[in-house]
Amino acid sequence: MNYVFQFNVVWEHFPELLEGAWLTIQLSAAAMALGLCLAILCAYGQSAGPRSVRWLIAGYVALIRNTPFLVQIFIFYFSLPVIGIRLSANSAALLAMTVNLGAYAAEIVRAGIEAIPPGQVEAARALGLKRLQIFRFIIIFPALKTVYPALASQFILLMLASSVVSTISAVELTAITNSLQSTTFRSFEFYFVATGLYLAMALGFRAGLSALYWVAFQRGRPA
Amino acid sequence: MGRSFGTGEFLFLLKAIPWTLALSLGALVGGGVLGIVIALLRTAPARPLRWLTTGYIELFQGTPVLMQLFVVYYGLAVLFNIQVGAWPAVLLAFTLYSGAFLGEIWRGSIQAIPRPQWEAASCLSLSFPQQLWYVILPQAARISIPPTVGFMVQLIKSTSIAAIIGFVELTRAGQLMTNTTFKPMIVYPIVAALYFILCWPLSLLAQRLERRIDAHLGVKKHF
Repeated sequence: MNYVFQFNVVWEHFPELLEGAWLTIQLSAAAMALGLCLAILCAYGQSAGPRSVRWLIAGYVALIRNTPFLVQIFIFYFSLPVIGIRLSANSAALLAMTVNLGAYAAEIVRAGIEAIPPGQVEAARALGLKRLQIFRFIIIFPALKTVYPALASQFILLMLASSVVSTISAVELTAITNSLQSTTFRSFEFYFVATGLYLAMALGFRAGLSALYWVAFQRGRPA
Repeated sequence: MGRSFGTGEFLFLLKAIPWTLALSLGALVGGGVLGIVIALLRTAPARPLRWLTTGYIELFQGTPVLMQLFVVYYGLAVLFNIQVGAWPAVLLAFTLYSGAFLGEIWRGSIQAIPRPQWEAASCLSLSFPQQLWYVILPQAARISIPPTVGFMVQLIKSTSIAAIIGFVELTRAGQLMTNTTFKPMIVYPIVAALYFILCWPLSLLAQRLERRIDAHLGVKKHF
Protein backbone atom coordinates (compact mmCIF):
# COMPACT_ATOMS: atom_id res chain seq x y z
CA MET A 1 0.00 0.00 0.00
CA ASN A 2 1.81 3.07 -1.19
CA TYR A 3 -1.08 5.48 -1.29
CA VAL A 4 -0.82 8.53 0.95
CA PHE A 5 -4.12 9.59 2.45
CA GLN A 6 -4.74 13.31 2.38
CA PHE A 7 -7.71 14.12 4.50
CA ASN A 8 -6.76 17.79 4.94
CA VAL A 9 -8.21 18.51 1.48
CA VAL A 10 -11.48 17.13 2.74
CA TRP A 11 -11.41 19.31 5.86
CA GLU A 12 -10.80 22.40 3.73
CA HIS A 13 -14.02 21.66 1.88
CA PHE A 14 -15.90 20.42 4.92
CA PRO A 15 -18.28 23.43 5.09
CA GLU A 16 -19.44 22.64 1.54
CA LEU A 17 -20.09 19.03 2.54
CA LEU A 18 -22.12 20.27 5.50
CA GLU A 19 -24.17 22.46 3.17
CA GLY A 20 -24.96 19.41 1.07
CA ALA A 21 -25.85 17.45 4.19
CA TRP A 22 -28.19 20.27 5.21
CA LEU A 23 -30.09 19.99 1.90
CA THR A 24 -30.28 16.21 2.40
CA ILE A 25 -31.77 16.79 5.85
CA GLN A 26 -34.27 19.36 4.55
CA LEU A 27 -35.38 17.19 1.62
CA SER A 28 -35.71 14.13 3.84
CA ALA A 29 -37.61 15.90 6.62
CA ALA A 30 -40.03 17.49 4.14
CA ALA A 31 -40.56 14.18 2.34
CA MET A 32 -41.16 12.41 5.66
CA ALA A 33 -43.90 14.86 6.65
CA LEU A 34 -45.56 14.95 3.22
CA GLY A 35 -45.14 11.21 2.66
CA LEU A 36 -46.76 10.39 5.98
CA CYS A 37 -49.75 12.62 5.13
CA LEU A 38 -50.05 10.87 1.77
CA ALA A 39 -49.83 7.49 3.49
CA ILE A 40 -52.55 8.36 5.99
CA LEU A 41 -54.75 9.61 3.16
CA CYS A 42 -54.19 6.33 1.29
CA ALA A 43 -54.88 4.31 4.41
CA TYR A 44 -58.14 6.22 4.91
CA GLY A 45 -59.10 5.63 1.28
CA GLN A 46 -58.37 1.95 1.62
CA SER A 47 -60.38 1.51 4.78
CA ALA A 48 -63.34 3.72 3.90
CA GLY A 49 -63.27 4.48 0.18
CA PRO A 50 -65.30 2.86 -2.61
CA ARG A 51 -63.88 -0.14 -4.43
CA SER A 52 -62.44 1.87 -7.35
CA VAL A 53 -60.47 4.10 -4.97
CA ARG A 54 -59.19 1.04 -3.09
CA TRP A 55 -57.94 -0.51 -6.34
CA LEU A 56 -56.32 2.73 -7.40
CA ILE A 57 -54.43 2.96 -4.11
CA ALA A 58 -53.44 -0.71 -4.22
CA GLY A 59 -52.12 -0.18 -7.75
CA TYR A 60 -50.12 2.88 -6.70
CA VAL A 61 -48.58 1.01 -3.76
CA ALA A 62 -47.70 -2.06 -5.86
CA LEU A 63 -46.26 0.06 -8.68
CA ILE A 64 -44.00 2.13 -6.44
CA ARG A 65 -42.87 -0.76 -4.27
CA ASN A 66 -41.84 -2.89 -7.25
CA THR A 67 -39.83 -0.35 -9.25
CA PRO A 68 -36.47 1.22 -8.33
CA PHE A 69 -36.39 4.68 -6.78
CA LEU A 70 -33.77 5.75 -9.34
CA VAL A 71 -36.14 5.02 -12.23
CA GLN A 72 -38.95 6.86 -10.42
CA ILE A 73 -36.71 9.92 -10.16
CA PHE A 74 -35.85 9.73 -13.84
CA ILE A 75 -39.54 9.63 -14.69
CA PHE A 76 -40.31 12.67 -12.55
CA TYR A 77 -37.34 14.69 -13.80
CA PHE A 78 -36.79 13.58 -17.41
CA SER A 79 -40.13 12.15 -18.57
CA LEU A 80 -42.64 14.61 -17.12
CA PRO A 81 -41.25 17.65 -19.04
CA VAL A 82 -42.26 15.85 -22.26
CA ILE A 83 -45.91 16.20 -21.27
CA GLY A 84 -45.33 19.78 -20.15
CA ILE A 85 -44.65 19.35 -16.43
CA ARG A 86 -41.26 20.93 -15.83
CA LEU A 87 -39.88 20.70 -12.30
CA SER A 88 -36.66 22.03 -10.82
CA ALA A 89 -34.20 19.37 -9.64
CA ASN A 90 -35.05 19.98 -5.99
CA SER A 91 -38.81 19.87 -6.43
CA ALA A 92 -38.58 16.76 -8.64
CA ALA A 93 -36.46 15.14 -5.93
CA LEU A 94 -38.92 16.12 -3.20
CA LEU A 95 -41.88 14.91 -5.26
CA ALA A 96 -40.22 11.58 -6.07
CA MET A 97 -39.25 11.04 -2.42
CA THR A 98 -42.76 11.89 -1.21
CA VAL A 99 -44.48 9.62 -3.72
CA ASN A 100 -42.02 6.83 -2.94
CA LEU A 101 -42.33 7.11 0.83
CA GLY A 102 -46.11 7.48 0.58
CA ALA A 103 -46.44 4.01 -0.93
CA TYR A 104 -44.19 2.27 1.59
CA ALA A 105 -45.67 4.11 4.54
CA ALA A 106 -49.23 3.46 3.32
CA GLU A 107 -48.52 -0.26 3.52
CA ILE A 108 -47.10 0.10 7.04
CA VAL A 109 -49.98 2.29 8.25
CA ARG A 110 -52.49 -0.17 6.77
CA ALA A 111 -50.89 -2.95 8.81
CA GLY A 112 -51.32 -0.81 11.92
CA ILE A 113 -54.97 -0.18 11.12
CA GLU A 114 -55.61 -3.89 10.62
CA ALA A 115 -54.24 -4.47 14.10
CA ILE A 116 -56.95 -2.31 15.72
CA PRO A 117 -59.47 -4.64 17.37
CA PRO A 118 -62.91 -4.18 15.72
CA GLY A 119 -64.45 -3.87 19.18
CA GLN A 120 -62.74 -0.49 19.61
CA VAL A 121 -64.48 0.93 16.56
CA GLU A 122 -67.82 -0.55 17.61
CA ALA A 123 -67.43 0.98 21.06
CA ALA A 124 -66.63 4.37 19.52
CA ARG A 125 -69.67 4.12 17.28
CA ALA A 126 -71.81 3.22 20.26
CA LEU A 127 -70.54 6.35 22.00
CA GLY A 128 -71.78 8.38 19.02
CA LEU A 129 -68.43 9.47 17.59
CA LYS A 130 -68.51 10.72 14.02
CA ARG A 131 -66.78 8.84 11.21
CA LEU A 132 -63.83 11.24 10.99
CA GLN A 133 -63.52 11.34 14.78
CA ILE A 134 -63.38 7.56 14.87
CA PHE A 135 -60.70 7.52 12.18
CA ARG A 136 -58.67 10.16 13.98
CA PHE A 137 -58.86 9.06 17.61
CA ILE A 138 -59.70 5.37 17.53
CA ILE A 139 -57.98 4.17 14.38
CA ILE A 140 -55.10 6.28 13.11
CA PHE A 141 -53.57 7.46 16.38
CA PRO A 142 -53.21 4.01 17.99
CA ALA A 143 -52.26 2.53 14.59
CA LEU A 144 -49.41 5.01 14.16
CA LYS A 145 -48.25 4.24 17.67
CA THR A 146 -48.17 0.50 16.94
CA VAL A 147 -46.24 0.78 13.68
CA TYR A 148 -44.02 3.69 14.70
CA PRO A 149 -40.77 1.64 14.75
CA ALA A 150 -41.40 0.35 11.22
CA LEU A 151 -42.25 3.86 10.03
CA ALA A 152 -39.10 5.26 11.59
CA SER A 153 -36.87 2.75 9.81
CA GLN A 154 -38.66 3.48 6.55
CA PHE A 155 -38.00 7.20 7.09
CA ILE A 156 -34.30 6.52 7.58
CA LEU A 157 -34.17 4.29 4.49
CA LEU A 158 -35.67 7.20 2.57
CA MET A 159 -32.98 9.57 3.87
CA LEU A 160 -30.31 7.12 2.69
CA ALA A 161 -32.04 6.61 -0.66
CA SER A 162 -32.03 10.37 -1.19
CA SER A 163 -28.33 10.09 -2.15
CA VAL A 164 -29.64 8.87 -5.50
CA VAL A 165 -31.19 12.26 -6.32
CA SER A 166 -27.64 13.50 -6.99
CA THR A 167 -28.14 12.02 -10.49
CA ILE A 168 -30.63 14.77 -11.37
CA SER A 169 -28.30 17.53 -10.14
CA ALA A 170 -30.06 18.27 -6.87
CA VAL A 171 -26.99 19.47 -4.95
CA GLU A 172 -27.32 17.42 -1.78
CA LEU A 173 -24.45 15.67 0.01
CA THR A 174 -23.71 13.05 -2.65
CA ALA A 175 -23.74 15.56 -5.52
CA ILE A 176 -21.39 17.92 -3.65
CA THR A 177 -19.08 15.01 -2.84
CA ASN A 178 -19.06 13.98 -6.50
CA SER A 179 -18.06 17.42 -7.71
CA LEU A 180 -15.44 17.94 -4.97
CA GLN A 181 -13.75 14.61 -5.59
CA SER A 182 -13.59 15.24 -9.31
CA THR A 183 -11.79 18.57 -8.84
CA THR A 184 -9.40 17.41 -6.08
CA PHE A 185 -8.79 13.80 -7.23
CA ARG A 186 -9.18 12.63 -3.62
CA SER A 187 -12.08 10.27 -4.35
CA PHE A 188 -11.62 7.79 -1.55
CA GLU A 189 -11.14 10.41 1.16
CA PHE A 190 -14.22 12.39 0.12
CA TYR A 191 -16.50 9.39 -0.19
CA PHE A 192 -15.21 8.02 3.09
CA VAL A 193 -16.05 11.23 4.95
CA ALA A 194 -19.40 11.60 3.16
CA THR A 195 -20.29 8.03 4.18
CA GLY A 196 -19.46 8.99 7.77
CA LEU A 197 -21.75 12.02 7.48
CA TYR A 198 -24.60 9.82 6.24
CA LEU A 199 -24.06 7.46 9.16
CA ALA A 200 -24.16 10.43 11.53
CA MET A 201 -27.36 11.69 9.90
CA ALA A 202 -28.95 8.24 10.16
CA LEU A 203 -28.12 8.10 13.87
CA GLY A 204 -29.32 11.68 14.28
CA PHE A 205 -32.64 10.99 12.56
CA ARG A 206 -33.09 7.87 14.66
CA ALA A 207 -32.59 9.87 17.85
CA GLY A 208 -34.88 12.63 16.58
CA LEU A 209 -37.62 10.19 15.63
CA SER A 210 -37.43 8.52 19.05
CA ALA A 211 -37.83 11.94 20.65
CA LEU A 212 -40.81 12.60 18.38
CA TYR A 213 -42.39 9.33 19.50
CA TRP A 214 -42.09 10.44 23.09
CA VAL A 215 -43.61 13.85 22.36
CA ALA A 216 -46.46 12.44 20.28
CA PHE A 217 -47.44 9.32 22.18
CA GLN A 218 -45.94 9.23 25.66
CA ARG A 219 -46.00 12.70 27.12
CA GLY A 220 -48.53 13.30 29.85
CA ARG A 221 -49.90 9.79 29.67
CA PRO A 222 -49.90 7.30 32.51
CA ALA A 223 -47.35 4.57 31.88
CA MET B 1 -32.87 14.36 -34.01
CA GLY B 2 -32.15 10.99 -32.48
CA ARG B 3 -33.31 7.60 -33.53
CA SER B 4 -36.89 6.58 -33.03
CA PHE B 5 -37.74 4.04 -30.36
CA GLY B 6 -38.39 0.76 -32.18
CA THR B 7 -37.92 -2.97 -31.75
CA GLY B 8 -34.12 -2.73 -31.77
CA GLU B 9 -34.15 -0.22 -28.92
CA PHE B 10 -36.59 -2.35 -26.96
CA LEU B 11 -34.39 -5.42 -27.47
CA PHE B 12 -31.42 -3.41 -26.17
CA LEU B 13 -33.35 -2.89 -22.93
CA LEU B 14 -34.32 -6.57 -22.77
CA LYS B 15 -30.70 -7.64 -23.25
CA ALA B 16 -29.72 -5.62 -20.19
CA ILE B 17 -32.05 -7.60 -17.92
CA PRO B 18 -29.64 -10.58 -17.61
CA TRP B 19 -27.06 -8.19 -16.13
CA THR B 20 -29.54 -6.94 -13.57
CA LEU B 21 -30.39 -10.54 -12.71
CA ALA B 22 -26.75 -11.67 -12.66
CA LEU B 23 -25.84 -8.86 -10.29
CA SER B 24 -28.84 -9.60 -8.04
CA LEU B 25 -28.18 -13.35 -7.97
CA GLY B 26 -24.44 -12.90 -7.46
CA ALA B 27 -25.06 -10.54 -4.56
CA LEU B 28 -27.69 -12.89 -3.16
CA VAL B 29 -25.33 -15.88 -3.16
CA GLY B 30 -22.31 -13.95 -1.88
CA GLY B 31 -24.41 -12.02 0.60
CA GLY B 32 -26.10 -15.25 1.65
CA VAL B 33 -22.80 -16.82 2.68
CA LEU B 34 -21.78 -13.63 4.46
CA GLY B 35 -25.24 -13.34 6.01
CA ILE B 36 -25.14 -16.82 7.53
CA VAL B 37 -21.80 -16.05 9.16
CA ILE B 38 -23.09 -12.73 10.47
CA ALA B 39 -26.33 -14.24 11.78
CA LEU B 40 -24.45 -16.96 13.63
CA LEU B 41 -21.91 -14.54 15.10
CA ARG B 42 -24.68 -12.14 16.11
CA THR B 43 -26.34 -14.91 18.13
CA ALA B 44 -23.03 -16.32 19.40
CA PRO B 45 -22.26 -16.26 23.12
CA ALA B 46 -18.92 -14.44 22.63
CA ARG B 47 -19.43 -10.72 23.13
CA PRO B 48 -16.67 -9.23 20.90
CA LEU B 49 -18.01 -11.20 17.94
CA ARG B 50 -21.49 -9.81 18.55
CA TRP B 51 -20.14 -6.25 18.73
CA LEU B 52 -18.15 -6.69 15.55
CA THR B 53 -21.10 -7.97 13.55
CA THR B 54 -23.48 -5.40 15.07
CA GLY B 55 -21.08 -2.68 13.96
CA TYR B 56 -20.97 -4.15 10.48
CA ILE B 57 -24.74 -4.17 10.19
CA GLU B 58 -25.07 -0.64 11.60
CA LEU B 59 -22.49 0.59 9.08
CA PHE B 60 -24.10 -1.00 6.03
CA GLN B 61 -27.71 -0.31 7.02
CA GLY B 62 -26.89 3.24 8.10
CA THR B 63 -25.21 4.44 4.91
CA PRO B 64 -26.53 4.77 1.34
CA VAL B 65 -25.76 1.90 -0.98
CA LEU B 66 -24.49 4.46 -3.52
CA MET B 67 -21.82 5.61 -1.04
CA GLN B 68 -20.85 1.99 -0.36
CA LEU B 69 -20.45 1.55 -4.09
CA PHE B 70 -18.17 4.58 -4.40
CA VAL B 71 -16.08 3.64 -1.35
CA VAL B 72 -15.59 0.06 -2.56
CA TYR B 73 -14.87 1.20 -6.12
CA TYR B 74 -12.26 3.78 -5.15
CA GLY B 75 -11.20 1.97 -1.99
CA LEU B 76 -10.05 -1.12 -3.90
CA ALA B 77 -7.87 1.07 -6.08
CA VAL B 78 -6.46 3.03 -3.17
CA LEU B 79 -6.04 0.44 -0.43
CA PHE B 80 -4.95 -2.57 -2.46
CA ASN B 81 -3.58 -0.74 -5.45
CA ILE B 82 -5.67 -2.78 -7.87
CA GLN B 83 -7.69 -1.19 -10.62
CA VAL B 84 -10.80 -3.29 -11.03
CA GLY B 85 -13.54 -2.94 -13.60
CA ALA B 86 -17.09 -1.93 -12.76
CA TRP B 87 -18.43 -5.51 -12.55
CA PRO B 88 -16.23 -6.90 -9.72
CA ALA B 89 -16.50 -3.67 -7.73
CA VAL B 90 -20.26 -3.54 -8.07
CA LEU B 91 -20.62 -7.23 -7.24
CA LEU B 92 -18.44 -6.86 -4.14
CA ALA B 93 -20.33 -3.78 -2.94
CA PHE B 94 -23.74 -5.42 -3.36
CA THR B 95 -22.47 -8.60 -1.68
CA LEU B 96 -21.38 -6.60 1.38
CA TYR B 97 -24.70 -4.74 1.32
CA SER B 98 -26.91 -7.81 1.07
CA GLY B 99 -24.77 -9.63 3.66
CA ALA B 100 -25.75 -7.00 6.22
CA PHE B 101 -29.48 -7.22 5.45
CA LEU B 102 -29.63 -11.02 5.15
CA GLY B 103 -27.58 -11.38 8.32
CA GLU B 104 -30.10 -9.23 10.20
CA ILE B 105 -33.10 -11.08 8.74
CA TRP B 106 -31.66 -14.47 9.62
CA ARG B 107 -30.58 -13.35 13.10
CA GLY B 108 -34.20 -12.43 13.71
CA SER B 109 -35.31 -15.85 12.49
CA ILE B 110 -32.87 -17.66 14.77
CA GLN B 111 -33.88 -15.56 17.76
CA ALA B 112 -37.56 -16.12 17.01
CA ILE B 113 -37.12 -19.78 17.93
CA PRO B 114 -38.32 -20.14 21.52
CA ARG B 115 -35.64 -20.57 24.19
CA PRO B 116 -37.02 -23.96 25.37
CA GLN B 117 -36.08 -25.44 22.00
CA TRP B 118 -32.42 -24.77 22.81
CA GLU B 119 -32.88 -26.05 26.34
CA ALA B 120 -34.63 -29.23 25.21
CA ALA B 121 -31.89 -29.89 22.66
CA SER B 122 -29.31 -29.31 25.33
CA CYS B 123 -31.11 -31.73 27.68
CA LEU B 124 -30.80 -34.36 24.97
CA SER B 125 -27.05 -33.74 25.30
CA LEU B 126 -26.65 -32.41 21.80
CA SER B 127 -23.53 -30.30 21.35
CA PHE B 128 -23.88 -26.62 20.40
CA PRO B 129 -23.32 -27.23 16.66
CA GLN B 130 -25.76 -30.15 16.81
CA GLN B 131 -28.39 -28.03 18.57
CA LEU B 132 -28.00 -25.44 15.87
CA TRP B 133 -27.97 -27.85 12.94
CA TYR B 134 -30.66 -30.34 13.93
CA VAL B 135 -33.03 -28.27 16.04
CA ILE B 136 -32.75 -24.53 15.54
CA LEU B 137 -31.75 -23.93 11.93
CA PRO B 138 -34.45 -26.13 10.31
CA GLN B 139 -37.12 -24.16 12.16
CA ALA B 140 -35.44 -20.79 11.64
CA ALA B 141 -35.03 -21.47 7.91
CA ARG B 142 -38.76 -21.86 7.51
CA ILE B 143 -39.52 -18.53 9.20
CA SER B 144 -36.81 -16.77 7.23
CA ILE B 145 -38.06 -17.62 3.74
CA PRO B 146 -40.74 -14.89 3.29
CA PRO B 147 -38.55 -11.96 4.43
CA THR B 148 -35.67 -13.33 2.33
CA VAL B 149 -37.85 -13.36 -0.77
CA GLY B 150 -38.97 -9.85 0.15
CA PHE B 151 -35.34 -8.78 0.38
CA MET B 152 -34.71 -10.16 -3.11
CA VAL B 153 -37.15 -7.54 -4.42
CA GLN B 154 -35.25 -4.84 -2.55
CA LEU B 155 -31.97 -6.16 -3.97
CA ILE B 156 -33.16 -6.19 -7.59
CA LYS B 157 -34.33 -2.62 -7.19
CA SER B 158 -31.08 -1.51 -5.52
CA THR B 159 -28.96 -2.88 -8.35
CA SER B 160 -30.33 0.00 -10.45
CA ILE B 161 -27.91 2.19 -8.50
CA ALA B 162 -24.98 0.45 -10.25
CA ALA B 163 -26.05 2.48 -13.30
CA ILE B 164 -24.65 5.59 -11.61
CA ILE B 165 -21.07 4.31 -11.77
CA GLY B 166 -21.63 3.24 -15.38
CA PHE B 167 -22.34 -0.45 -15.02
CA VAL B 168 -24.67 -1.35 -17.90
CA GLU B 169 -27.73 -3.04 -16.45
CA LEU B 170 -31.38 -2.27 -17.06
CA THR B 171 -31.42 1.30 -15.72
CA ARG B 172 -28.16 2.25 -17.44
CA ALA B 173 -29.48 0.75 -20.68
CA GLY B 174 -32.52 2.98 -20.25
CA GLN B 175 -30.29 6.03 -19.82
CA LEU B 176 -28.32 5.12 -22.95
CA MET B 177 -31.50 4.64 -24.97
CA THR B 178 -32.88 7.95 -23.72
CA ASN B 179 -29.70 9.67 -24.82
CA THR B 180 -29.89 8.25 -28.34
CA THR B 181 -33.66 8.52 -28.91
CA PHE B 182 -34.56 11.59 -26.78
CA LYS B 183 -37.75 9.79 -25.74
CA PRO B 184 -37.67 9.69 -21.92
CA MET B 185 -41.46 9.53 -21.80
CA ILE B 186 -41.30 6.16 -23.57
CA VAL B 187 -38.04 4.66 -22.33
CA TYR B 188 -38.26 5.19 -18.57
CA PRO B 189 -41.85 3.92 -18.18
CA ILE B 190 -40.79 0.81 -20.14
CA VAL B 191 -37.79 0.36 -17.84
CA ALA B 192 -40.08 0.75 -14.83
CA ALA B 193 -42.50 -1.78 -16.32
CA LEU B 194 -39.68 -4.29 -16.86
CA TYR B 195 -38.58 -3.93 -13.22
CA PHE B 196 -42.20 -4.34 -12.18
CA ILE B 197 -42.44 -7.59 -14.15
CA LEU B 198 -39.31 -8.87 -12.38
CA CYS B 199 -40.29 -7.77 -8.89
CA TRP B 200 -44.04 -8.09 -8.61
CA PRO B 201 -44.24 -11.92 -8.77
CA LEU B 202 -41.59 -12.09 -6.05
CA SER B 203 -43.53 -9.63 -3.89
CA LEU B 204 -46.71 -11.67 -4.28
CA LEU B 205 -44.80 -14.87 -3.51
CA ALA B 206 -43.36 -13.32 -0.34
CA GLN B 207 -46.86 -12.27 0.79
CA ARG B 208 -48.29 -15.71 0.14
CA LEU B 209 -45.48 -17.53 1.91
CA GLU B 210 -45.89 -15.24 4.88
CA ARG B 211 -49.60 -15.98 5.17
CA ARG B 212 -48.97 -19.71 4.86
CA ILE B 213 -46.33 -19.70 7.59
CA ASP B 214 -48.53 -17.67 9.91
CA ALA B 215 -51.31 -20.18 9.36
CA HIS B 216 -48.89 -23.01 9.98
CA LEU B 217 -47.62 -21.51 13.23
CA GLY B 218 -51.13 -20.62 14.30
CA VAL B 219 -50.18 -16.95 14.66
CA LYS B 220 -53.15 -14.63 14.91
CA LYS B 221 -52.72 -12.37 11.91
CA HIS B 222 -52.50 -8.74 12.89
CA PHE B 223 -50.04 -7.34 10.36
